[in-house]
Amino acid sequence: MSHSSLSTTSEKPGTWEPKIAAFFCNWCTYTAADLAGVSRLKYAPNARVIRLMCSGRVDPQFVVDAFAKGADGVLIGGCHPGDCHYVEGNYKTLRRFEMLQRMLKDLGIEEARLRLEWISASEGEKVKTVINEMVAALTALGPLNLPQRFSTWDEEMDKLEEAAQQQPQADHNEKTEVVHAS
Amino acid sequence: MPAKPKIGFYWCASCGGCEEAIVDFAEDILGVLEAVDIVFWPCAMDFKKEDVESLPDGGIAATLLNGAIRTSEQEEMARLLRRKSTYLIAYGACAHMGGIPGLANQFSREELLRYVYEECPTVVNPNHTRPAPSFTNKAGHPLSLPELRNVVRSLDQVVEVDYYVPGCPPTPKITKAALEALLKGQLPPKGTVLAPDIALCEQCPRKASKPTNLSFAGFKRPHLTATDPELCLLAQGIVCMGPATRAGCEAVCICGNMPCTGCFGPTSRVRDHGAKMLSSLCANVAPKQTKEINEVLAGIPDAVGTFYRYGLPTSLLRRKVDLPMNNGKEAR
Ligand code: SF4
Ligand code: SF4
Ligand code: FES
Repeated sequence: MSHSSLSTTSEKPGTWEPKIAAFFCNWCTYTAADLAGVSRLKYAPNARVIRLMCSGRVDPQFVVDAFAKGADGVLIGGCHPGDCHYVEGNYKTLRRFEMLQRMLKDLGIEEARLRLEWISASEGEKVKTVINEMVAALTALGPLNLPQRFSTWDEEMDKLEEAAQQQPQADHNEKTEVVHAS
Repeated sequence: MPAKPKIGFYWCASCGGCEEAIVDFAEDILGVLEAVDIVFWPCAMDFKKEDVESLPDGGIAATLLNGAIRTSEQEEMARLLRRKSTYLIAYGACAHMGGIPGLANQFSREELLRYVYEECPTVVNPNHTRPAPSFTNKAGHPLSLPELRNVVRSLDQVVEVDYYVPGCPPTPKITKAALEALLKGQLPPKGTVLAPDIALCEQCPRKASKPTNLSFAGFKRPHLTATDPELCLLAQGIVCMGPATRAGCEAVCICGNMPCTGCFGPTSRVRDHGAKMLSSLCANVAPKQTKEINEVLAGIPDAVGTFYRYGLPTSLLRRKVDLPMNNGKEAR
């Protein structure tokens, strides 16, 4: 009840395309993605890019939330080790990523759905390669579609709720026969 | 004399610790008992469901419900008590966030039933008997049992909740404060967790020794470590959930020389307790290379059980996402 989801569009069979939430560092990967665009490199249009000041700003909550709201994959792009504008941000990201990927696997989200790449501002070509590779990997895995799974999980409660709503609300002072649940 | 406010207590998927916590008031409970009229408390007094059904809607001033919701019967009772209570209060970590029973959300119902009724070393069940939701006995009487749900839920995932009293179990002090606020009508906005909205470290007697720059060369497990009784546990390489956990318990675990495991849940600014703690802890691992990083992280063998010990059902993912949903009988 306390959980909402943003995208719940159920895909028509055959038209499904993986959705990638891409968290890119402003100083490197975002610039590289821009470069790829300017140089008209063709890469799959599946990534929704979110610009952050540093890969170190990628709170693991953002990653989990992206999956919960319907992303099939999450890509984090940051500066190469040693090149982070905030010195240590990308190392923090690498350490969080290692644990997050392991924990997500324990929770049923395949490793290939979360990827971390170091892409410098000049590596427009690498943006293209990484996104294309990820789209191929996610296509092979199929949709994650968590919003749909969440609503399927809650269907098991619906029957009881319907029964409760059909029950007349008045006359509760009358002695009613005790019926067992279920 | 005006009628005393009616109060109810109920338990769902609960270990009984929260019921014990009510009794733990000791002499304080007498004051509470004098001020209220207990109309439902199946654990301690002889009440039946029909006693609740015979009350008018909203007729109970407040019900404190503990335990997670994982059977059809618990759902039904939660709905009934919601309707009959002006305030429905999720009491304790299980009602608040799913709690320890919520860790069952890592397994399918079939895995759980198979283990509990067949594989558990202390079980002898050669006929593989399992509980059946409905059954007709030899005399022709239809019998029924509640259905075990596939998913363990917090109370607010089933019905609307007015307030939360956190803890595993809640301490007498915050329970008393919650009851007093209720009785005096001095309540914060609906949906509030009735405990301070600051991190436990702020209330911790070891706070002064918490380093500003943590750096973990390895993690130690409390049962395998001689723990210094005064130094911040994180400074000793022991995973302490204090930085990501709401205060209010007065650091009882730390005072017992054990790390915080997170039972009060996160503060209001945090949506996902586990992801937040993972973030702050893992960022401070010392090495910079993947292989060495993973050697340090291997010191936390059970990530889900460490970071989501009390709150898997209310985490953003709620449950291991690829588990099957089975209605009725599972295939063996
Ligand atoms: S990390 Fe734990 S031991 Fe250290 S100050 Fe915080 S609550 Fe206390
Ligand atoms: S220290 Fe943590 S686990 Fe222990 S009672 Fe307080 S909040 Fe709960
Ligand atoms: S500034 Fe690019 S990763 Fe930190």
